[in-house]
Amino acid sequence: MRVLETGNHFVALAVRSAGVEVVPAYPITPQTQVIEKIADLIAEGEMEAEYIPVESEHSACAALISASLTGVRAFSATASHGLVYMHEMLHYAAGIRVPVVMANINRALGPGWNIWCDHQDAISQRDTGWLQVFVSSHQEIVDTVIQAFLVTENRDVLLPMMVNLDAFVLSHTYMDAEVPSPEEVKRYLPPYRPRWRLDTRLPVTHGSVVYPVDFSETRESMKEGQENAREIIREAAKGYEEMFGRWHGDLVEEYRVEDARHLILAMGSAAAECRVAVDSLREEGHSVGLLRVRFFRPFPVEEIRRLCQDRDDLLVMDRNYSYGLSGALYSEVKGVLYGRTNIPVRNLIMGLGGRDVTHQLIERMAVKAWKGELDDITWADSHSTKSHEITKEMLGRFEEMLD
Amino acid sequence: MDKNEKKVGYMTSMSKPGKGCAGDTGEWRVFKPVKDEEKCNHCLLCWIFCPEATITKDIEIDYQYCKGCGICAVECPTGAITMVKEEKQ
Amino acid sequence: MVSFKSLPEEELFLAGSTACQGCPASLALRIAFKALGSNTILLVVASCTSVLQGSYPHSAINLPLMNAAFATGGATASGVVAGIKALVKRGELEEEPTVLMWAGDGGTYDIGIQALSGAAERETDFIYVCYNNEMYSNTGTQRSGATPIGAWTTTTPGGKVQHRKDIAQIMIAHRIPYVATASLAYPLDFYQKMLKAREIRGTKYIELLAPCPPGWKFPSSKMIEVSRMAVQCGMWLLYEHEDGENRFTGATKRMIEGKVKKKPVVDYLEVQGRFKQVLASPEGKEAERMLEEDVSESIRRLHGWVPEYI
Repeated sequence: MRVLETGNHFVALAVRSAGVEVVPAYPITPQTQVIEKIADLIAEGEMEAEYIPVESEHSACAALISASLTGVRAFSATASHGLVYMHEMLHYAAGIRVPVVMANINRALGPGWNIWCDHQDAISQRDTGWLQVFVSSHQEIVDTVIQAFLVTENRDVLLPMMVNLDAFVLSHTYMDAEVPSPEEVKRYLPPYRPRWRLDTRLPVTHGSVVYPVDFSETRESMKEGQENAREIIREAAKGYEEMFGRWHGDLVEEYRVEDARHLILAMGSAAAECRVAVDSLREEGHSVGLLRVRFFRPFPVEEIRRLCQDRDDLLVMDRNYSYGLSGALYSEVKGVLYGRTNIPVRNLIMGLGGRDVTHQLIERMAVKAWKGELDDITWADSHSTKSHEITKEMLGRFEEMLD
Repeated sequence: MDKNEKKVGYMTSMSKPGKGCAGDTGEWRVFKPVKDEEKCNHCLLCWIFCPEATITKDIEIDYQYCKGCGICAVECPTGAITMVKEEKQ
Repeated sequence: MVSFKSLPEEELFLAGSTACQGCPASLALRIAFKALGSNTILLVVASCTSVLQGSYPHSAINLPLMNAAFATGGATASGVVAGIKALVKRGELEEEPTVLMWAGDGGTYDIGIQALSGAAERETDFIYVCYNNEMYSNTGTQRSGATPIGAWTTTTPGGKVQHRKDIAQIMIAHRIPYVATASLAYPLDFYQKMLKAREIRGTKYIELLAPCPPGWKFPSSKMIEVSRMAVQCGMWLLYEHEDGENRFTGATKRMIEGKVKKKPVVDYLEVQGRFKQVLASPEGKEAERMLEEDVSESIRRLHGWVPEYI
């Protein structure tokens, strides 16, 4: 079925096609349309699921976990402060090994209050044990949500997955995309068969106290789940392409990289803007390609090593910042390349809090980088504005009061 | 690449129910409840009040697990249970 | 009429647990399990019960059990109940299990009140039991919203200066179909309240006073005796709230009806170590008076007035 919808509604339609049975959720801008659409689909009898209108995101994630433990397919959606409020439960979901899927509409964290696109929310959840994928188009939203269940429910993975889509750029814009029907998806994604569940026929205790003598193995098992996920993600993407004829990449997506001397690395919708930049830089005679990092966890270690080593340099775009160091993708890329190459790796911080990411700015910054005119880490779109002058004036007046 | 080929596999904090999850908790006892069959009227108060489920409905005390809290002796209306100091090696 | 003889012999709480000697929580679980039987899913939020059930890979609880995060009691129950509904739709469950959420006063009065309130407002079909030991016993006896005025805890070294909150009244304000209080000294009363809760659809809230021997500083052998004294002096009132009405039960009912004389609060305070300091202080009499006034106020709220013989 080909439809014209918002990115958020595409999440909901994919969730229906995936046969999700329980959806606990709490509204937050810019995620609201996802859960409104799901509530509508259920109310209109177009989707068979239990919707739980919880009273907070912390509770949304708690109910997501416990619903999944009864042996059913469960999904939720959130954004920004909601995701960060769930932080404890994100660890819990991974630690208790539930194969749930959650959409996160990437939005900045306040203060100052800001509802626009930014990856700080998801990046701050890096070490929770969740698989994290960043998508860059409406069609990719649909296809990734469906693939996500196949990956998480795989018995060699059994870890939750966060499907990240950019606030407004993807969540609220309308595009047309293909949505496979529930019947079609069933052939790709079999019904969920839990490895175990809360079952009165076989009582077990889950989430017991675990002493140091056994704890490390539970965490090493999670590590193995993430490692195993790499191959499962590749297979899921390949299987999806065979059945539905669409490919968005697996752990990464390559764009004009074959002969490129320079590579740009980016995640999410900004990568779509990079594609335009690559095309126009190529027209100007620059040898450049784009490596779109889809999965931030598990990190595409082999792909980055294989694709990045024999280049002149790398330019890594981050829509987040790890204070006191650099952008998060930048430090990860440098980490996996350490000792394997000596090429310069530079970091562009841009698009924070919904600042528009333009291909013109990317092109300008790329050329500067190649000429060696950029610092290792450059805040590419940061500059003084009239508003800042007003703040400075008020600060000056506070100074006078203190004197 | 993996020098360490040993895998943990799927491992979670799943526990199996069974008696004695803390071992033979009878070893915690300092005082031991001893029943006087003559005085016992089988009112079942000791059975219902035992926090550790170590007294049966036939008023048999499971000394392997009885922790010696002494509630049964205090609550027994006929004084049929007395707490006796454990003789330990 | 329920008697001890009619209670099932089967133990779903298995002997040899990691509970302290004379632990009220383990006894409460034992009796609750007898009432609900084996077709029950137990959910436990972080509390002494997370610990007294044993540690990996052994468990003292012969029911499907999920340990949940501290603040999530109500929400965790909502997730399980929704999952059960989905399984019923699939035709995979013949008999719906009872969902029992088990939490302490910290997990109920303080960190978990939001999730509990949400679950109650959503009319989630489950039983919530709060075993209230009036302090954070698991972390070493710190003050909670349930700690009574005057009580020593490690974070109220001079005695608590605020009143406890009346969470059962907060739950009644949610208009849930069943709210009850219980005491371990009256096990049949507790058992019958659990049986009743199992038969009612919607959110059921049962709160049980759980005198903690090490936390309250009294010998483990006196756990039932202290529980009984709390009821006899009126510091813990036994009642049910159903169909918009409050109904005293058992020993409290007899006290309100004047069939047994209410005992002075001070008798109850004196058997515990946690009030020793405040009783010995110059404010001792005042604390005693305030606690007596608390009893009167609680009776007034439930009953409308305080009979003159109390």
